[in-house]
Amino acid sequence: MVRARLKPEKPGKLPISDKVFKIGATLAGVYVLIMIALLVFQLFSESYPIWEEDGLSFIVGTDWNAVEDRESFGALPYILGTLATAALAMAIGVPLSLGIAMFISDAPAKIGGPLGFLVELLAAVPSVIYGLWGLFVFRIYFKDWIEKPLHDAFGDSIWLFSGTPFGLDIITASVILAIMIIPTVSAVSREIMKAVPQQQKEAAYMLGATKWEMFRLAVFPYSKTGLIGASILGLGRAVGETMAVTMLIGNATGIAAIPSSFFKPSQTMSSIIANEFVEASPASLHLPALIGVALVLLLIAIVINVVAHILVTRMLKVKEGAINN
Amino acid sequence: MTTTQERRQEYRALFKSNVEKRLLVDKAVRIIVFACVIIAIIPLGSILVEVFKNGAAALSYEFLTETPGAIGSGEGGIGPAIQGTLIIIGLSSLIGVPIGVMSGIYLSEYGDNKLAKSIRFFNDVFMEFPSIVLGIFAFLMIVLILGHFSVWAGAFALSLIMFPIVARTTEESLKMVPVTYREAGTALGLKKWVITFRIVISAAKNGMITGILLSVSRIGGETAPLIMTILGSSQFFSSMDVPMDALPLRIWRLSLLPYDSAQLQGWGSALVLIIIILGINLGIRYYFANKRGHGLIGRLIKQGVSKQK
Repeated sequence: MVRARLKPEKPGKLPISDKVFKIGATLAGVYVLIMIALLVFQLFSESYPIWEEDGLSFIVGTDWNAVEDRESFGALPYILGTLATAALAMAIGVPLSLGIAMFISDAPAKIGGPLGFLVELLAAVPSVIYGLWGLFVFRIYFKDWIEKPLHDAFGDSIWLFSGTPFGLDIITASVILAIMIIPTVSAVSREIMKAVPQQQKEAAYMLGATKWEMFRLAVFPYSKTGLIGASILGLGRAVGETMAVTMLIGNATGIAAIPSSFFKPSQTMSSIIANEFVEASPASLHLPALIGVALVLLLIAIVINVVAHILVTRMLKVKEGAINN
Repeated sequence: MTTTQERRQEYRALFKSNVEKRLLVDKAVRIIVFACVIIAIIPLGSILVEVFKNGAAALSYEFLTETPGAIGSGEGGIGPAIQGTLIIIGLSSLIGVPIGVMSGIYLSEYGDNKLAKSIRFFNDVFMEFPSIVLGIFAFLMIVLILGHFSVWAGAFALSLIMFPIVARTTEESLKMVPVTYREAGTALGLKKWVITFRIVISAAKNGMITGILLSVSRIGGETAPLIMTILGSSQFFSSMDVPMDALPLRIWRLSLLPYDSAQLQGWGSALVLIIIILGINLGIRYYFANKRGHGLIGRLIKQGVSKQK
């Protein structure tokens, strides 16, 4: 039972317990800011030796050799590998997600609800299980049905399709990544499409638009910023994804990891960390180099996510204004 | 000048072809859009089918309880991994849930200022940080300082993934509690923390539990941060200061081994993991979807896309 306090507090003065409560809550809230600051600081200070040693050439270098006395670290191939896989994943995943969002935002709740739920279940499957499935199931079909025909048809004339279609390569990792970003992108885009005022859609219908023309005339122009934000949110996810990519990208190192063809093994920033972190010796430059890669990855992720969140929240804010008016 | 019969025919034909073309495009788009949904669901179906089909063959009492056998022998089981996953989930919840809940309380009850706005924003951004970077952070903060791999480091890393989710879902659920509840408490002369804990939180309980369980199902499958914190082991848990195993780590290790038996055990571990995670996920969705409609769950899924001011 809650006992009522009969003695009224002086207005404007908090009792001690409430002060403590407020301070505690505020500290918990500030925790996230402290963690971000500590994170950036720690990554920077622990990777400092590599910046001191190589400076910017750490970012643009292509060598990667952890053997003692022949150490040389350049992160460019992994940065490029990350960008290439993420871009490919976006190219595959974003159109699919937009299609799904169109379908679900427009379908009656009876169909849209369960379908949306199924798509969102994709997000609940752990990354490592995507990796396992990709490694033992998906890769086999993908190799036989898509990679080999493409390679046979264009391998000699188009550089994108050269290389060995073995299944452990950039394109396989990207397709799995694309599947993994679908739930994020489609869920956010769906919300944004739903945020378009009903009057706009009705106006389009009243002009005699078909459903597609309604989307083209009323939904897309209105929600463009938000949809771009949703896609960038997917990009952020694709850039940081580790396990499935590590298991499928083939893990080349050094100059061989520079992405040049769909069917070549490569390496991303997160996969090189996952592969080499445990073996890296803190005494050498290897560990600072890996932490330096993590710092670059973090900065890229921060930029991507900040941009995405600004775009998406701005869009959803507009929605509330529009509906209230 | 009146339109001649021929002109009228011509117009009619033009109009018809125009409408036909538009309807055709519309139909094509409908088919494409529907195909997108199907294409996205196929992998999910395939994953579930493969995991259940291949995993079921590996399941046995020994498999679930014993320590792993010699590499490639196909003997032994994943007992330590199951135990480790439960331990690490429990420990990270111990750290992550209180911080997340308090942070959510701050955002909802005191969250009308600049500081709270930036916290909300960075909370959302933090949620999307690559988990492997958080793992390295825990490594630097705990493993490197203590000098050995530690279960605490793993729990710390996972709690970092957990608390932003808990904070945001707590905030959303607290905001759904009508302000009249709080006013009633104030009118009784209660202190704010009593109002928050005894009235507001008990009214928002369901939503908070949903958020906490969703975050548990999220960290249960995380692998990357565990590589550099608890490392993996083949023994049962003995102390906080030695490496420990967890299901996702075990799956990863097994998938790298070139033996059919290891592959089979990998599928078995995946089955156990997916039952735990999808079980939690489906369970709360089913339970709370019936209770509260889909509003809140829709919000949780957006994972941190703010709708607030």
